[in-house]
Amino acid sequence: MPTIKSLDDLKRIREEALEKRKVKTASGQVQVIVGMGTCGIAAGARDAMKAILETIQNENLEGVIVTQTGCIGLCEKEPIVQVVVGDQPKVTYGKVSPEVARQIMQEHVKNGNVVKEYMIQV
Amino acid sequence: MREISLHLLDIAENSIAAGAKNITITIREDTTADRLYLSVQDDGKGMDEEMIKKVTDPFVTTRTTRKVGLGIPLLKAAAEACNGWLKIHSKVGEGTLVEVEFQRSHIDRMPLGDIAGTFLALLVGNPQIHWVFRYSVDQDGFELDDQPIKQELQDIPLSDPLVLSYLREMLENNVRSLQTTSVY
Repeated sequence: MPTIKSLDDLKRIREEALEKRKVKTASGQVQVIVGMGTCGIAAGARDAMKAILETIQNENLEGVIVTQTGCIGLCEKEPIVQVVVGDQPKVTYGKVSPEVARQIMQEHVKNGNVVKEYMIQV
Repeated sequence: MREISLHLLDIAENSIAAGAKNITITIREDTTADRLYLSVQDDGKGMDEEMIKKVTDPFVTTRTTRKVGLGIPLLKAAAEACNGWLKIHSKVGEGTLVEVEFQRSHIDRMPLGDIAGTFLALLVGNPQIHWVFRYSVDQDGFELDDQPIKQELQDIPLSDPLVLSYLREMLENNVRSLQTTSVY
């Protein structure tokens, strides 16, 4: 079975990324957390995750860390996405379709405005 | 869940919850034997006999002290409806291997679905885990071991836009080249 090998590309990517990091320093780290329990997955969490990653790629969003978490006990509100900007309190969104995920990435992660419409209380 | 890849994602999440450090996902299509084999292997905390029984069939017991999900039983039922099976091999303290097989051409078999998207979500969402993804159709296939990638990137996160597009392209191209050669 052939292994994927194009590590030369990665060297170049690393250098480019480091270069960009020098230019744009600490506009504040953003953490995006996607609920990936069985309930989340069944409700479409993978597609929300996909939309989030696509937005990072298309909008060239730096300093965004995307992580996963399990079921947080709000299965009926899944897919659930949480956003933490810098040291601000965590914002939780429910019923996050790919469309909503893109909106959250644009308005909250990129522009810093909470998307009140889809916010839920935890 | 309507895609096999979503089930893989679900099982891999169990591995993560079991504290695994190394997770290997294998997908093997054999068009001659007409079988579709999938497995998720981890080095998490493992399960004892009783626990294995419970995750496979959560309704046989009256005990309610432990939370058990429905992911595995649903996948097992889906496989068995397609001349297939699901097996769990596990040892406490060593890890778990979940294997599932379908008759590939069975009319009720769920589609594999978005394999590249599933691998990408697992890889980027859980960078602390060492992932190995293997996907083959007959004699063709690819293996992605994330260790050399992470070593090369060092402190650059997998969610960096450039890295993301590299990973996505690599996964999508490899999956696509396999699926266009196979008869669907």
